[in-house]
Amino acid sequence: MNLAQLTVGASATIQAYPQAGAAFTRLREMGLLPGTRITLVRIAPLGDPIEIQVRGYRLSLRKSEAALIEVVAAGATPAAE
Amino acid sequence: MSTTSSPAPAAPRSAPVYALVGNPNCGKSTLFNALTGLKQKVGNYPGVTVERKVGTAYTQHGQPLTLIDLPGAYSLAARSPDEAVTRDVLLGRRADTPTPDRIICIADATNLERNLYLVHQVLDLGRPVVLVLNMMDLAAQAGLTVRADRLSRELGIPVIPCEAAHGKGLIELKLALSRPDLPLPRHAWDIPAPLAPAVAELQASLSAHEGKGPLVARAEALLLLTDPDPVRVAGSTPLSAATTRILESWKTRWTADATDSSGMLVAARYDAIGRLAREAIVPPAAGTAANPADATLALSDRIDAVVTHPLWGWVIFAGIMAAMFLGIFTLAGIPMGWIESLMGWLGEHVSALIPPGDFHDLVIDGALAGVGGVIIFLPQILILFFFIGLLESTGYMARAAFIMDRVMSRVGLNGKSFIPLLSSYACAIPGIMAARTIEEPKDRLATILVAPFMSCSARLPVYLLLIAALVSSDEVPLGTQVGLMLLMYFLGTAGAFAFAWLFKKTLLRGAPPLMIMELPPYRLPRLRDVAWQMWERGAVFVKRAGTVILALSIVLWFLANFPKPPAASEGEPPVDALAHSYAGRAGHAIEPLIAPLGFDWRIGIGLIQSFAAREVFNSSMGVIFAVEESEDETANQSHLRDALRGAARPDGTPLFTPLVCLSLMVFYVFAMQCISTIAVVKRETAGWKWPLFQLAYMTGTAWLASFVLYQVGRALGF
Repeated sequence: MNLAQLTVGASATIQAYPQAGAAFTRLREMGLLPGTRITLVRIAPLGDPIEIQVRGYRLSLRKSEAALIEVVAAGATPAAE
Repeated sequence: MSTTSSPAPAAPRSAPVYALVGNPNCGKSTLFNALTGLKQKVGNYPGVTVERKVGTAYTQHGQPLTLIDLPGAYSLAARSPDEAVTRDVLLGRRADTPTPDRIICIADATNLERNLYLVHQVLDLGRPVVLVLNMMDLAAQAGLTVRADRLSRELGIPVIPCEAAHGKGLIELKLALSRPDLPLPRHAWDIPAPLAPAVAELQASLSAHEGKGPLVARAEALLLLTDPDPVRVAGSTPLSAATTRILESWKTRWTADATDSSGMLVAARYDAIGRLAREAIVPPAAGTAANPADATLALSDRIDAVVTHPLWGWVIFAGIMAAMFLGIFTLAGIPMGWIESLMGWLGEHVSALIPPGDFHDLVIDGALAGVGGVIIFLPQILILFFFIGLLESTGYMARAAFIMDRVMSRVGLNGKSFIPLLSSYACAIPGIMAARTIEEPKDRLATILVAPFMSCSARLPVYLLLIAALVSSDEVPLGTQVGLMLLMYFLGTAGAFAFAWLFKKTLLRGAPPLMIMELPPYRLPRLRDVAWQMWERGAVFVKRAGTVILALSIVLWFLANFPKPPAASEGEPPVDALAHSYAGRAGHAIEPLIAPLGFDWRIGIGLIQSFAAREVFNSSMGVIFAVEESEDETANQSHLRDALRGAARPDGTPLFTPLVCLSLMVFYVFAMQCISTIAVVKRETAGWKWPLFQLAYMTGTAWLASFVLYQVGRALGF
């Protein structure tokens, strides 16, 4: 599954995302690396962008980017999809 | 602000240069203001629209030092012009700025891990670094114990715990700055083995061809491998051909064997940072909080649950925007009234001192009116930046962008364009200045280019006059008035969004804009920093844009008054004087151009004079149609309206037919007729290219819209 499919409040571990693209270099530098645990905190009222918690701070990104980030749902995440 | 005790023994050596570096939202500006006090200079880096702030600070022993406040950056692998300037100054790639001797890094102690990423890159440079851990109080509240001493031992550099907002830790920092022998960082981390040959080769090339010292060359090599295609800005020394060739060959090789150099480097750096963070941060004792971050964010989360709520979020957003808009629209009117009466009073007094004549008119109607025309904008600018400062320092600005992003992304802009555009309904000047809160340069430029389409308050009197002239009854029905007015506001707004979309599709196309935005925890605003920003914006406006506005006002005054009519007899009506002036002649000259819109040369004069400020159209019409001025404002208005209704073309048909009034209103919606806006766009985009483009495309749009309206209207028999 990908980050955009996560439900609000669910945590997951980042598995992989595209190598290329400025957005992804920056997301890595902001601390989103394979193996990093993230939590989807909320979705903006109009459905985009999303807010996640990573390394103790809050980051917002658009679903178009989030959809390319592969994650593995952690623990008792309700089965999405 | 300086605590000068005893000046240092006369040292002719020039002051050492320090750079202040840190992430956005970590308190960097607060620290800079605390260290430099009023001794700051604000300018631009040549060729880029990035603001350069340099100040003088003093060490605890009173030696002066030059402090450069580098733009906030998350990484030196730059993704915005701001970050590119920070990178270039630190790497010594800007000829216009000295390479800093020493670096002060500031990091948010509540969010140490991510903040250390930039610090880690700076440490690579091998220059003396002082690390300031800011917001130690907030970290403690969150239950985090951040051990500065351990971090200092690990890195081998001074690490100063600090609360810049309360002035705590400043003395310790200034004592560290006093040290003549700052140690070099003890900084070693493991570069992934597959990348080591590339780092070595690039480092050697940067040393040989760019003349960089070994450590700076290595740091730059690492940045090039992190992001092989970083943002470049004007004024930055480009890479040599040899280095570029090496970089390209490695890129090709890695693309072929799918080596993720960037990912490996960032991961290796975060590994090293993770070790540092484990050493420095003592998590809260077991049982207090499961996750320290949750404690920090608990209050922010409760606020956010309301502020980004599908219903209440919009109510709050609308409330804040309405307060801000009313602030600049109506509240600013009070001090603007004072400024007007002050300028009037000043005019009377100066008028009495100078004998009547051209010089008298130049001083009163040219220079003094021009100065008034500059400072009249200050109340709106100050009020808007008061709100922006408040919204930014509390953290709400990021939430506003968060909830508005979806709407603005439809036309290719991002959520941060909303406030500049909204402010432009009051006046495009503060709106355009507010666009500096948009980091993405193309989004910022697109916002600036379309902002003057929003119907500003200077257009209101013109709309009101033309609506009054358009409707035949004495009292304009409220419905008609409101309906037409709303139509004009709608047209302008639609134009702004349409052109923003068009520009983002064509002229300002590029990689899709990043919307990777930190949502900082809510904090109490620092009123001193807010006041400082207001003062700074006001000063920048008066100094940079004010001079241009003043000069252009005097030119406009000259055009409207010279040459004088041949025999200036006493009883001559003023209409002939204006008609004889350059402005009058220009009105005649552009008549063929504006005739297809239904305008004659007299309206042409009004259009030209509107460049001083759009509402000048009304007084211009008053002069042209020889309306007697009286003390009574409403009487003036109705006289002017009657004069317009009575105005006729040479063949006797009325000039201001309803169709011409509409066509003229539409022209005012779209046309860029404001020298002050031109001056501010010139200042904000650092050159004449964009304001002139804007003047051309907006006026072209206005012409086309009025042309279509008038010609279609005529064809339909109006």
